[in-house]
Amino acid sequence: MSVLVYTENWDGKFKKLSYELVSYAAGVAKMTGTSVTAVSIGRVDEPELRKLGDYGASKIVSLTNDNLVNLDSQAYASAIAEVAGKEGSKVIVIANNNTGKAVAPRLSVRLKAGVGSGVSKLPVNLSPFTVYKRTYSGNAFAHLVIKSDVKILTLSQNSFDLVPASNTATIENLSVNIDGSLVKTTVTNVEKQTGKMLLTDADIVVSGGRGMKSPDNWSPLVELADLLGGATACSRPVSDEGWRPHGEHTGQTGKIIAPNLYVAVGISGATQHLAGISSSKYIVAINTDKDAPIFEAAQYGIVGDAIKVLPKLVEAVKELKK
Amino acid sequence: MKILVCISNVPDTTTKIKFAEGNTSIDTTGIQWVINPWDELSLTRALELKDDAANGIKSVTVAHVGPAGAEPTIRKALAIGADDAVRVNAEPLDAYFTAAQIAEVVKKEQFDLIFCGIESSDFNGSTVGGMLAEFLGTPSVSAVSGIKFENGQPVLTREIDGGKETVTVPAPLVVIVQKGIAKEPRIAAMRGIMMARTKPVKVFEPVAVEPLTQVLEFEKPAPRAACKFIDAENPRQLIELLQNEAKVI
Ligand SMILES: Cc1cc2nc3c(=O)[nH]c(=O)nc-3n(C[C@H](O)[C@H](O)[C@H](O)COP(=O)(O)OP(=O)(O)OC[C@H]3O[C@@H](n4cnc5c(N)ncnc54)[C@H](O)[C@@H]3O)c2cc1C
Ligand SMILES: Nc1ncnc2c1ncn2[C@@H]1O[C@H](COP(=O)(O)O)[C@@H](O)[C@H]1O
Repeated sequence: MSVLVYTENWDGKFKKLSYELVSYAAGVAKMTGTSVTAVSIGRVDEPELRKLGDYGASKIVSLTNDNLVNLDSQAYASAIAEVAGKEGSKVIVIANNNTGKAVAPRLSVRLKAGVGSGVSKLPVNLSPFTVYKRTYSGNAFAHLVIKSDVKILTLSQNSFDLVPASNTATIENLSVNIDGSLVKTTVTNVEKQTGKMLLTDADIVVSGGRGMKSPDNWSPLVELADLLGGATACSRPVSDEGWRPHGEHTGQTGKIIAPNLYVAVGISGATQHLAGISSSKYIVAINTDKDAPIFEAAQYGIVGDAIKVLPKLVEAVKELKK
Repeated sequence: MKILVCISNVPDTTTKIKFAEGNTSIDTTGIQWVINPWDELSLTRALELKDDAANGIKSVTVAHVGPAGAEPTIRKALAIGADDAVRVNAEPLDAYFTAAQIAEVVKKEQFDLIFCGIESSDFNGSTVGGMLAEFLGTPSVSAVSGIKFENGQPVLTREIDGGKETVTVPAPLVVIVQKGIAKEPRIAAMRGIMMARTKPVKVFEPVAVEPLTQVLEFEKPAPRAACKFIDAENPRQLIELLQNEAKVI
């Protein structure tokens, strides 16, 4: 009956998102009077697995299988479905990231389980089971009733606070049967950026728009992000122009993020841009136009020229760090 | 090889969303309906692939689950260059229902490559593509930002955390697309618009499927507090507020 949570790992390590998922699952378990079982796929050592207990998992099922090395949506869905069946889970929690989006819908059909995708709050009601879900690209939220016996919830990254717990979790190593001939995905090449903070993981994001005027003006923006321990982002025209890499583009057609702090520099605040950042806890806008729509979304604003303001902000942060 | 592109009919992305009937449905007055941005891009890429004869693509079909009111959006897809269309004549009740309907279309008409968008801009489900693949029992690859053909087989680029992978998966296959799949959406030319009028749109009646979810009501996000302005000559004050008031740095 436990709440099942799929905790992805990255080269054998969990990250904040994994703990957000477990914290969320623990919240649902508390509401429904049950416990949390975390399922992990791939080689993760025991001390790392135990960390999931620190956020409320009471059992950890660790799956290792040669057919579960690269993400294959069918193989992953079948492995998670098998554990869900063994556990008799009625609620399954998965991240609303690339992996979750690949796996959750397949699991849904397999288990005939309705999906509440992109949730950021605990269910608002248990009977009928109702979740609060982002719709219309952040312009509205829906109270969505999931009518099926088993429910799948996908959690937006950075939207749920960590809740430390002190569970000593039991670890079970499970071998599942995955028919290798059914695994259809062959990965022929991997390109990975290393050492850089991922935009989706960052608590602080400093982002530039067309108001930055030229790619040559980016160094104070990057410096500000570095000093704050954050990542850099940009609006779509900026990445379309090739001023900044595509991976930095936020918005409806780019990345959807929810950092604690989003600093929008020279960004007008078009609805398609806001669609990607409106869940940020705090938005700061720096723009020469006092009527720019970004100021309607922002809590703090500076009306001024980014080129002049950014170096002053860099200085102020440096002083603060002293 | 036959390609199917699933298109969702959504309010133009700049629409100010309002609700009707006790917040249970969207107020459609004055809404411009468009092809979901991702679907417009996957249609564009499908047509580009077909343009290159070496890829051996016979046809590009679009599929939509929705009532007759969605015809203009379907015609737009035909005007952009799709060869024909299938509409399942039903209100898309939820993602599970919608995917089940498209699965029936695929079973009847047989496609090798099926494109879905990563997300509809109205429901933001990110689920129809994966559900469709599971109904069909075919592989699916998600977060696909590039597709080309090598030796008659699709070669995909998919996004992973902080990078990308090149993957091959044999057809039939559901490709779930995101940013990068095509640069700019293809625009309908006059000739395309003329031709679209006579292109075939098959209408299928839905199969009986019980949806798994239902929207009880919609709600607008809580309004944010008014913006606090800081003097451009004194940005240090911003840093102080972020540290002491917002406590985010
Ligand atoms: C289907 C669709 C999807 C889209 N998806 C996205 C998306 O995902 N993400 C996205 O960002 N956009 C998206 N767009 C584009 C979006 O509509 C806007 O065009 C875009 O966000 C504008 O980018 P910007 O704010 O950088 O540029 P602009 O709108 O040109 O704004 C520049 C701003 O900089 C200010 N400025 C000028 N000089 C200075 C200065 N010296 N100092 C400070 N400020 C200055 C100006 O006042 C202005 O407000 C999409 C559009 C469509 C149609
Ligand atoms: N009513 C529909 N008819 C056809 N395709 C759809 C429909 N709704 C969603 N899709 C497809 O599924 C994708 C993802 O939608 P969603 O799961 O709602 O986020 C869209 O980009 C479309 O490709």
